[in-house]
Amino acid sequence: MDAMSLQRKKIHPHKYSLWIAMGSITMMFIGFTSAYVVKRAQANWFTFQLPFIFWISTAVIMTSSATIQMAVKQFRNRNMQRYKQLITLTAVLGVAFAACQWIGFKQMTDMGLPLNGPASVSFIYVIVGVHLLHVLGGVVALLIMFGRAFRTRVRTYSAVPIEVAATYWHFVDGLWIYLLIFLSIAR
Amino acid sequence: MSNEATLHSQEVIHGVHAHDHGHDEHDHHHEGNFFSKYVFSLDHKTIAKQFLITGIIWAIIGAFFSVLFRLQLGFPDATFPWLESILGHWAKGGRITPEAYYALVTMHGTILVFFVLTAGLSGTFSNLLIPLQVGARDMASPLMNCMSYWAFFLASVVMMTSLFVQTGPASGGWTAYPPLSALGDASIGSKIGMDLWLISMALFVVSQLLGGLNYISTILNMRTKGMTMTKMPLTIWSFFFTAVLGVLSFPVLLSGFILLLFDRHAGTSFYLSDLFVAGKALDHEGGSAILYQHLFWFLGHPEVYIIILPAMGMVSEILAVNSRKPIFGYLAMVGSMFAIVILAFLVWAHHMFVTGLNPFLGAFFVLLTLLIAVPSAIKVFNWITTIWKGNLRFTPGMLFAIGFVSTFISGGLTGIWLGNSSIDIHLHDTYFVIAHFHIVMGVSAFFGTFAGVYHWYPKLFGRYLNSTIAYIHFWITLIGAYLIFWPMHYEGMAGMPRRYYDYSSWESFKQFNDLNHFISVVVIIVFAAQLMFVFNFFYSIFKGRKVTTTNPWNATTLEWTTPINPGHGNWIGEIPEVYRWPYDYSKNGKDFIPQTVPLSPEEEKESH
Repeated sequence: MDAMSLQRKKIHPHKYSLWIAMGSITMMFIGFTSAYVVKRAQANWFTFQLPFIFWISTAVIMTSSATIQMAVKQFRNRNMQRYKQLITLTAVLGVAFAACQWIGFKQMTDMGLPLNGPASVSFIYVIVGVHLLHVLGGVVALLIMFGRAFRTRVRTYSAVPIEVAATYWHFVDGLWIYLLIFLSIAR
Repeated sequence: MSNEATLHSQEVIHGVHAHDHGHDEHDHHHEGNFFSKYVFSLDHKTIAKQFLITGIIWAIIGAFFSVLFRLQLGFPDATFPWLESILGHWAKGGRITPEAYYALVTMHGTILVFFVLTAGLSGTFSNLLIPLQVGARDMASPLMNCMSYWAFFLASVVMMTSLFVQTGPASGGWTAYPPLSALGDASIGSKIGMDLWLISMALFVVSQLLGGLNYISTILNMRTKGMTMTKMPLTIWSFFFTAVLGVLSFPVLLSGFILLLFDRHAGTSFYLSDLFVAGKALDHEGGSAILYQHLFWFLGHPEVYIIILPAMGMVSEILAVNSRKPIFGYLAMVGSMFAIVILAFLVWAHHMFVTGLNPFLGAFFVLLTLLIAVPSAIKVFNWITTIWKGNLRFTPGMLFAIGFVSTFISGGLTGIWLGNSSIDIHLHDTYFVIAHFHIVMGVSAFFGTFAGVYHWYPKLFGRYLNSTIAYIHFWITLIGAYLIFWPMHYEGMAGMPRRYYDYSSWESFKQFNDLNHFISVVVIIVFAAQLMFVFNFFYSIFKGRKVTTTNPWNATTLEWTTPINPGHGNWIGEIPEVYRWPYDYSKNGKDFIPQTVPLSPEEEKESH
């Protein structure tokens, strides 16, 4: 591992790959949102109010962004106890976010806006759902980190994995805020 | 992502920079069992071979499908009892049924565009050449690289399965347009076969993304000392641009497929509206089939450059090596590839001129489409100028590279016709289109692939392919390709539409019966020539003439500084340092100067 630090001052290949992957995921959502825009410009676009709980889930995911950033800081300071607590908290907040989105879906269905309703409704389910899958992917990554932090035989001193996870986490957070603003404005 | 394996190899990769005896560690490290060496290998060279061989198997299947449907087109009245014995009720009485015909055409397109010319071509050569030519021990993440192949393998298994389900594979065309692809009742191929197709393609997209991420970060991060971006061979530039295109366009295709899956199974109406099936109105309301076409072609058009760019890069390299001349206009080559990448994203609607697209909007797409002729022409002129007055060595790889330039010109020119929205109204969905894209994208990309296989086979297997078979293969393929596709231009201009099952029943197309007959005969001959290549390929792995020198083509690039059969890690000892660009051929009285040779004092003076 010390070989890594000797490396010239270059960005770590895994971080690089992550940035490209984020570009790729962004393109996927650009695909969805452009489809939304094209569809919206056509006749018979049905408008409705987004469930309020989406704003609560926004607060949840923004909080989790803060906790994971604190976790990175604690890892760098080798404060492993705090680090474990913070990534656990982040993962729990991630699950809470998922729960909020799920409740949002329930509320929409109860309001008479099911998945197989008008296209404007279906889009919400699909876009929010695919974003949710990306958040859950982040939760899985955090669980792996968590398991790794408890290993006694092999100790990791590289901050790269947690930094990669944190960057991804901020990304899905930012992506959600973009999507919420987009979906609120382009009604 | 498990960092375990990747970090492990990081250690190997950077260990050598850090301390001299790094490679001892590394040699000791990679003696795995059969599984870790040949099956779930992390070695980029083994993964390249896996992509290549899987691609070859798919190519045989995909090409064989074209032979089958050409039998129907060339001999519409004949019956072939042996067809019934291999296809069963799909060829009752020895004649392919219309359902089977459409399934064969659809699968031919899907297999060749995605599984052969995307995965088989860039999967093979990006994996093989990127680490070898930039001077890296392996990819940025060997584990992701391995996963990329196995995602492709899974996609292959699912697609293969779809060929054997009772209702047959997808049969709505490789573009999978709704409503045909969205409604299970629309056709027999729209049932489970279509679902398997979508699952397979989703896995394929995952494979492409994992691969693409790796290619980009390897090229940007893992170059050896001295290998600046402008000292990279054009192959690497082309793989880089290919990966960028794939990473940016495949996710959009995935979006389109996700919406399609919801339409199929969740009752949504993204693409469906006002449909009647068997006299009954469907619930779907308010969707737009054109929306799918936008999403599809936003990938679909970059996809053709994903196919052709790696071929362009390899051809540039092979032409320079075998002309013993530097490539003409290196930076113009890079610049034109960059221009192609940008334009690739701005022209998708030229596939949709006749969908009721606003003609005003169409005018912009015409302009942007015709602009692609500029970088393409720059590349063609540079290739020709590279071989002009060169000291040509007609190796099989060189012949295929020259063949590539030929087919790229003759196929590319018809693109200028089709890119005009007014002419496209007449030519759209005719055999003219088939002729155009098969020559410029299908045949050219295959020529690039063959050139690459012949040229880098010594690096892949430490042996040569048999040259006699190679020359026969080349001439039959070149002449055959023109004989097959050239006449299709005339059929298309006469208005003969694509996708019809039997033209002999149309008064206006009866005149082409003999021509169709002729094309089908040539198809069978060309197919047989490809089987010769396949035989040559597998035979030479075991029995081919052995390579005795590390640099059989006297080339300058880094892959020829490795041992004849390099192990995992590529170089024994230190990774060589690079001092010069890769095209120093016939310079200062020397035939070639490898990239690893430092600049001489005179050269230093020139460069200042």
